[in-house]
Amino acid sequence: MATENINFESPRGWRLAGRYMLLAVVTAVVLFPVYTTVIAALKPGDKVLQNPLVPDAFTLDGFSDAWTAGHLDRYLLNSFVVATVITIVQLVTSVVSAYAFAMLDFPGRGVLFVVFLATLLVPFEATLVVNRRTVDSLGWLNSYQGLAVPFLATAFGTFLMRQVFLGMPLDLRDAAAIDGVGHLGFLRHVGIPLVRPTLGALALFSFLGSWNQYLWPNLITTEDDMNTVQSGLRLLRSSALDEPNLLMAATIIAAIPIVVVLLLFQRQLVRGLTAGAVKG
Amino acid sequence: MTSTAQRRQRRRNLPVALAMLAPSLVILGTFVLYPLGKAIWLGHQRCDVQGDNCRSNGWDQYWDAFRSEEFQNALLVTVKFALITVPLGLVLGVGLAVLADKWLRGVGIFRAVFSSTIATSVAVTSLMWLFLLQPEIGALSNVGWISDVFPVIKSPGLLRDPGTALTSIALSSVWGSLGFTFILVTASLQGIPRDLHEAAAIDGAGGTRRFWSVTFPLLGPTLLFVVIVLTTRAFQAYGEVDLLTGGGPRPQDSTTTITYLTYGQESVIINNDGLQATVAVLLFVVLLALSLLQLRGIGKRVHYGN
Repeated sequence: MATENINFESPRGWRLAGRYMLLAVVTAVVLFPVYTTVIAALKPGDKVLQNPLVPDAFTLDGFSDAWTAGHLDRYLLNSFVVATVITIVQLVTSVVSAYAFAMLDFPGRGVLFVVFLATLLVPFEATLVVNRRTVDSLGWLNSYQGLAVPFLATAFGTFLMRQVFLGMPLDLRDAAAIDGVGHLGFLRHVGIPLVRPTLGALALFSFLGSWNQYLWPNLITTEDDMNTVQSGLRLLRSSALDEPNLLMAATIIAAIPIVVVLLLFQRQLVRGLTAGAVKG
Repeated sequence: MTSTAQRRQRRRNLPVALAMLAPSLVILGTFVLYPLGKAIWLGHQRCDVQGDNCRSNGWDQYWDAFRSEEFQNALLVTVKFALITVPLGLVLGVGLAVLADKWLRGVGIFRAVFSSTIATSVAVTSLMWLFLLQPEIGALSNVGWISDVFPVIKSPGLLRDPGTALTSIALSSVWGSLGFTFILVTASLQGIPRDLHEAAAIDGAGGTRRFWSVTFPLLGPTLLFVVIVLTTRAFQAYGEVDLLTGGGPRPQDSTTTITYLTYGQESVIINNDGLQATVAVLLFVVLLALSLLQLRGIGKRVHYGN
């Protein structure tokens, strides 16, 4: 598709120029908080508040301080472990239960499906008081189990995958059954390859959702070593408020993994968003 | 196949199906359904400051908590917050998506910029805005001419003035959601066939007319979805309040949203499991209505395929 050139001799050209102006202004406004953050992170601590909008000094001290003194290394590790475990297990539990709902006819299917449906209506915020107690009584405060286990299954993932399985011809399953292929074998060789695109979108949103968890890690983490990136940032907000260069460097470090993930999986992002997934 | 054979087949499927559903059922039962029931039960109890020795306070506690000054204030704050973030988020998302939807040279750059905030978690967004708005360590207050023109930035600070605190949080929240709204609306815009626009143009419809008569109606389902998600988010707003104001400024509690009232470190009910559960259940009821709407949206979406 051809792009248009600006021709100042027609009113149409002027409109196009105006449009670019508007886009440029909005871009500047949207990027402004990012700009101030980057400038602050790259300045030495004592210069951050002099001319905060002008990049007149440069150092990477903020980043190295955030990494070591700010414990971002540990927080990132924790977030990676938790988000990866949640993502992988969520994919498995979602695919398996979706398969059962879509491909198997069994007594009680309707009732169980309604139970799954009901869990979609319960916001996580309404269950936290009791979940904290549960995790506490299991001895899981300050642990990876506590951070991950409550999120190992999701009704949303089940619905998403079930929808894809429903679109699959039943003949496929019948043909495989005649050849003596069991349910798990069918899933591995036929089912999963067929649903891979949707699976990719689900994986992306599981990862984003668990990486971005804020309230839950705050509630069950009291030992610094078990903070995720998000709850770690909360800690730095009170302990490092007088070192804005460290704080802003930590903010950037915390954002980078997600930027990378999103750049790699742009297509899955749009697919997931339009299917109703939501950034956590 | 006879119906007896079918029934036998169904029964033979049962163990396999249950085994496949078991992992999900255990997790969802333990961490979604049980806690909801338990919270509803806890909601009529009152506990001492350590959160122990809970005893029944009667089911009236729900009504009492609902009418309490704290809850009414939190409800009002949350509604105000939603009334800023939802319309503003929607208008900005749609406006920018339409603006960047033309076959303009370099439109990819603008799209990347407008989508970019989807990569920020609530903690990242809030710390960026904290540095922007804080009076002592903030960027804006240390730029001479800005704090001369808007003295409130320097003293008491946008986040500490009861008149501006909530709006400031709302702006940071709108910024954080912009990427999400923009990407959704852009995807939806691209699904509108060009023929429709061309046909309308041939019929003499100008740009504005085409937006309201072609684009807007076809965006309908997406916009509804965006409104529901943004509203739900407003009612779940916690991180931005926690990091930017801690529910203050006090004593007005100008930014204590319902979720913050329930779980905030500086909340008045943080050590009372019973009352916390009461408010959590009230929050659930509010969000339930929104979830139901959202579920209908998802159902429709999945049904028609993408």
